Amino acid sequence: MLEVKDLEVRYGAIRAVRGVSMKAEAGQLVALLGANGAGKSSTLMCVAGALRAAAGSIRLMGEDVTSARPEAMVRKGVATVTETRDVFPDLTVSENLLLGSYVHRHDRAGVAADRERMLQLFPRLGERAGQAAGTLSGGEQQMLVIARAMMTRPKLLLLDEPSLGLAPAIVDQIFEMIRVLKSSGLTIVLVEQNVSKALQLADTAYVMRLGRIAAAGTAAEIAATTDLGALYLGG
Amino acid sequence: MTFALQFLIDVLSLGGAYALMALGLVIVYGILRLVNFAYGELIMVTGYALFLAGGTGLPWLVMAAMAILVAVATGILTEYVAFRPVRAKSVTAVLITSFAFSTLLQNAALLFISPRPRNVPLPPIFSQTVEIAGVVTPMRNLLTIAAAAILLAVFAFLMRRTVLGVAMRAAASNFTMARMLGVPANLVITSAFAISGLLAGVVGILWIGRIGTVVPGIGMEPLLVAFIATVIGGMRSLSGAVLGGFLLAFIDTTLNYTLAQDLLKFRDAFTFGLVILILLWRPQGLLKGPATGQRT
Repeated sequence: MLEVKDLEVRYGAIRAVRGVSMKAEAGQLVALLGANGAGKSSTLMCVAGALRAAAGSIRLMGEDVTSARPEAMVRKGVATVTETRDVFPDLTVSENLLLGSYVHRHDRAGVAADRERMLQLFPRLGERAGQAAGTLSGGEQQMLVIARAMMTRPKLLLLDEPSLGLAPAIVDQIFEMIRVLKSSGLTIVLVEQNVSKALQLADTAYVMRLGRIAAAGTAAEIAATTDLGALYLGG
Repeated sequence: MTFALQFLIDVLSLGGAYALMALGLVIVYGILRLVNFAYGELIMVTGYALFLAGGTGLPWLVMAAMAILVAVATGILTEYVAFRPVRAKSVTAVLITSFAFSTLLQNAALLFISPRPRNVPLPPIFSQTVEIAGVVTPMRNLLTIAAAAILLAVFAFLMRRTVLGVAMRAAASNFTMARMLGVPANLVITSAFAISGLLAGVVGILWIGRIGTVVPGIGMEPLLVAFIATVIGGMRSLSGAVLGGFLLAFIDTTLNYTLAQDLLKFRDAFTFGLVILILLWRPQGLLKGPATGQRT
């Protein structure tokens, strides 16, 4: 499904990602772990098309998408949920969802069905459909951006720190949603600080350190061999 | 009572024009975070298009529609010539190209037409007056109020009820995220410039209709008015721009009515003094725009 090879991302003189290679097979959940500043989000945003690759290549279902723009990546089936939970705060929940279906806007019946499915998965969003997204709680905003991403009908979902800053009970709900999405056959790349929860769901995992892949393997291997505490101290 | 009605008509007609001007500027600013300094020239171009169409002998409405279309086309051209090539480079570059394009258009008018005022064809309705409840007012004031009401309603509908409008509001709040949902950057930006051109075209005709002539520098005042109205209202908010336009018209009109004759020539100084006070009170403008967002 996704194959990243020798990827480099630079911010001016700073090399945030230094030769990262990773793979996600169809239907898999791949966890991307590591300390703050390890280059996880940069890798993800580069795959999403929001950052330009300085070197290396990204292939999606065999097609080279290294320099594709973000709007093209959506059409190819890649949806992104950013770390900053970018709801459009002044737009209503409904309008936010509507934008998720922008690519499919001419298929009205299909979009209505997608929306119905998302509201079933996230009933809270239905209750708040007419409310400005900026007034939602953090957990609700996270649900909204995931639902909005799903409205694009992705084959590959990029999730950046979905549990960041949320209360434990909400985190459990969010992970349950991710499990449901995964069981529907969706391929997911998950960047997550909650390592143990991420590894419970993941098939394979990559550990990043200072812009490089420091360890890779199945989720069980990574859980057994890596000092997960040290990971987040940057050790 | 008569006075109140007179005052109301003056504020609404001037405010309607100001609001449309401000909206045309802020629609581009909201998305690109950049003041299009060539905006005033869209109004100038409308005037000259109407002047040139004057020789064709077509019905006036057709000529006016052509002039507005020229403004829309020039708006889109501004984007292609001055913005798109340097958009990704730097804010300074875009600022300078927008000034350059403005100067280029003004000088083209000086060179190819004339530095002197040119008469534009106007139907008699622009010079007629009408009496409402004892108030005698120029017909063009009512035309301006009607045009502003219709355009603001259409604009509100477009931005709230159509996918493109919602996408444009989203892009104004967070351009990168909108693109990550598949909203094409170029479509949103070109649409913003086209809408800006349309508003400038309509305002241009109403504005020039007050004076009856067009000169190369005619866009300067509308640009200034639009800029100040958006600053008062909040640079990031569409409703703020409209509010700012009406507020500025309210201040101007109040000063027109209350200032002594020999102080009237300093009216702008009073207006700007008040604007400074408003900004000291609310540096962000009256209405806040979307809370987040970054340049791309």
